[in-house]
Amino acid sequence: MKALRDPFEGNVGAALQREVVTPEGVPLLWSVATVGDRAVAFVIDLALVIASFAGLWLVAVAAVFAGSTDWWLPFVLLGLFLIRNTYFTFFELRWQGATPGKRIVGLRVLDRRGGPLRADAVVARNLTRELETFLPLTVLLAPAQVWSDAVPGWVKGLTGLWLAVAALLPLFSRDRLRIGDLVAGTLVVTRPRVALLADLAESRPARHEFTAGQLRAYGEYELHVLEDVLRAERTPEHRRTIAAVAAKVREKIGWGESVADDEVFLADFYAAERAHLERGMLLGKRRADKHA
Amino acid sequence: MRAGLRSADFRREREASWRRLEGLVARVERGGLRALGGDELARLPALYRAALSSLSVARAISLDRNVVEYLEALCARAYCCVYGTKRHLREVAREFVAERFPRTVRRYWREVALAVALLVAGTGLGLALVTRDPELYWSLVPDSIAQSRDPASTTEELRDILYDRVGWKQALVTFATFLFTHNAQVGIFSFALGFLAGVPVVLLALWNGVILGAMGAVHHERGLGADFWGWVLPHGVPELSAIALCGGAGFVIARSLVFPGRHGRLESLALRGRDAGVLVVGAIGMLFVAGLIEGIFRQTVHSMGARYALVAAGTLAEVLYFGWAGRGR
Repeated sequence: MKALRDPFEGNVGAALQREVVTPEGVPLLWSVATVGDRAVAFVIDLALVIASFAGLWLVAVAAVFAGSTDWWLPFVLLGLFLIRNTYFTFFELRWQGATPGKRIVGLRVLDRRGGPLRADAVVARNLTRELETFLPLTVLLAPAQVWSDAVPGWVKGLTGLWLAVAALLPLFSRDRLRIGDLVAGTLVVTRPRVALLADLAESRPARHEFTAGQLRAYGEYELHVLEDVLRAERTPEHRRTIAAVAAKVREKIGWGESVADDEVFLADFYAAERAHLERGMLLGKRRADKHA
Repeated sequence: MRAGLRSADFRREREASWRRLEGLVARVERGGLRALGGDELARLPALYRAALSSLSVARAISLDRNVVEYLEALCARAYCCVYGTKRHLREVAREFVAERFPRTVRRYWREVALAVALLVAGTGLGLALVTRDPELYWSLVPDSIAQSRDPASTTEELRDILYDRVGWKQALVTFATFLFTHNAQVGIFSFALGFLAGVPVVLLALWNGVILGAMGAVHHERGLGADFWGWVLPHGVPELSAIALCGGAGFVIARSLVFPGRHGRLESLALRGRDAGVLVVGAIGMLFVAGLIEGIFRQTVHSMGARYALVAAGTLAEVLYFGWAGRGR
C-alpha cells in the first residue's frame, strides 16, 4: 500500500511548512511562499510601479507641450518619490498583507510571531526594498548611476557581490526570508485553498462487516492513503489501482468471501477502519501506521 | 448512515458554520473588509474562533484528512482577515505622531546621540579641513549640493545665493523638492544600510557633517559665517535631526545584529527593526517640513533676525516634542 503514494511527497517537494500560533493558542500550518511565486508577484508589482512612473511623466510632458511653466515639476518629483516608497506599504496595509502582485499570485504577509499584522511591520519590511531590490536593479540596468568611473574594480566586485547576496537572500535563508522580513519579523505564505469534499464514510449503509482483528491490520497512514485512492479522479487507470489495492487489503486482512464491487468494498473498509481508529483516538491510543 | 462515527456527527453539526465563514472570507478576500456589512463584520471573529475550535477538535478526533486540511486552510484564510491590518490610516497616523514616534526616539536616544555626535564631528572636521586647505573643498562637496558655490566664488555671488537675489524662485522650489526626495531616499537607505553592521551609517553621518562644515568654512572665509548659518539652519534643524534619526535607525539595526542581547539575532532584529522603521518614517516627515521651510520660508524671509528666530523656535519645538510628547498614559 505504501508504494502507491507518499503522502508527504507534495509537502517536501513543493512547499516548506511553517507553524504560526494564533493569539487563541491554536497552531496553524502555513506553506511558505516559494521564491518563484514571490519573484512573479514582485515582477507584477514592479511593472505597475514602472507603469505609474511612466504615466506621471507623460502628464508632465503633456504639461510642457501645453506651454505651462515648470510649476508642476515639484509635484512630479514628489509623486515619483511617493510611488516608489509607498506603493508596497499602501497595498499591504490596505489589503490585509497583499500587494496587487501578491494577490494575483495568492500570497500573504504574516507576522511570524502570530497576531495582527501591524502597520510598523509593514512599513519596516518595505523600507528595505531600496537596498535589496531597487539598488541591485539599478546596478544591473545602469551601473554608471551607482559607481562613478573612479571606483576601482575590486570595490565594484565586492559591493556587487554583497548586493547580490542581499537581493538573493530568500534563496539561502530559513523560511525564505528577505532582509525586509528579517527586519520586520514577517513571513510570506501561500494563501491556502482546500475545498470541503463529501465525507467518504457517510454515503450509504455498509455491505461489508469487518472484525476488530481485521481492522487492527492498518494505522492512520494507510487510512489516509486509502482516502486519497478513493478521492482520486475516476480514470480507467484508477479502476486498476482500486482493484489492486482491494486485492492487497483482502490478502492482508484475510478476507474469505467474494466481493462484488472493489470500490464499495474499499469504501466500506475505509469507513470501518476510520471508526476503529477514531475510537482508539478517543481513548488516547493513536496508531501512526501498520508497524506501530 | 453509520453509527459510531463521531467525526461524521461532528462534521454534520458544524459544517453550516464553516460554510458561512468560508463565504464571508471569500468576500473579504475579493473586496476587503468593506465588502461586509456591519452585522457580518461583527460575526466574523466569532465564526473564526468557532472554526479554530473545530480545527482543534478535528485534530483530536477526526481521521478524515480532507476535513482537517479544509479547516486548516479555512482558519488560515480567516486568520488573515481577522488579523490583517485593518485600522484606519488616520488613526494610525495620529497615534504615530502623538505617541509612537517621540517615544521611540526617547527609547533609542543612545543610538540617535551617537549619530548626532558623528554629524557634529563631521561638521567640525569639514570646517577645519577646508579652513586649512580650501583646495580640499572640491573633493569633499559634490556639485549638486554646492550649487556653484566654492572657494573661487566672489563674496557677492555667495551673498546673492544666501539672500536669493538670483531671481529663480521657481527653480528653488523644484530644488527643495529634489532635496527632500533625495534626502528622504538617503534616509531610507541609511536605515537599510544598518544591515551592514552599521559601518556605512557611520560614514554617511560623518560625510553629511563634512559637507556642511566645508560649505561653512567657505562662507566664514568671506565673513559671511552668520549669514550662512542663518540661511542653512532654519531648515537645517529639522533636516539634520532627521539625518541623525535615520543614522540612529541604522545603528538600532546594527546593534540588534552585532549585540542581539537576550534574544537571538533573528528575534532581536524583528523586535527592533520595526522601531527603526518608525524612526525613519518620522524622519521623512521632518524632512518634508525642512523642504517646506527651504522652499518657501527661505525665499520669502530675508531678515537674519527672523531666520535665527525660526532656528530657535525649531530647536525648542524639537526639544519639547522629543522630550515630552506621548509621556504618561
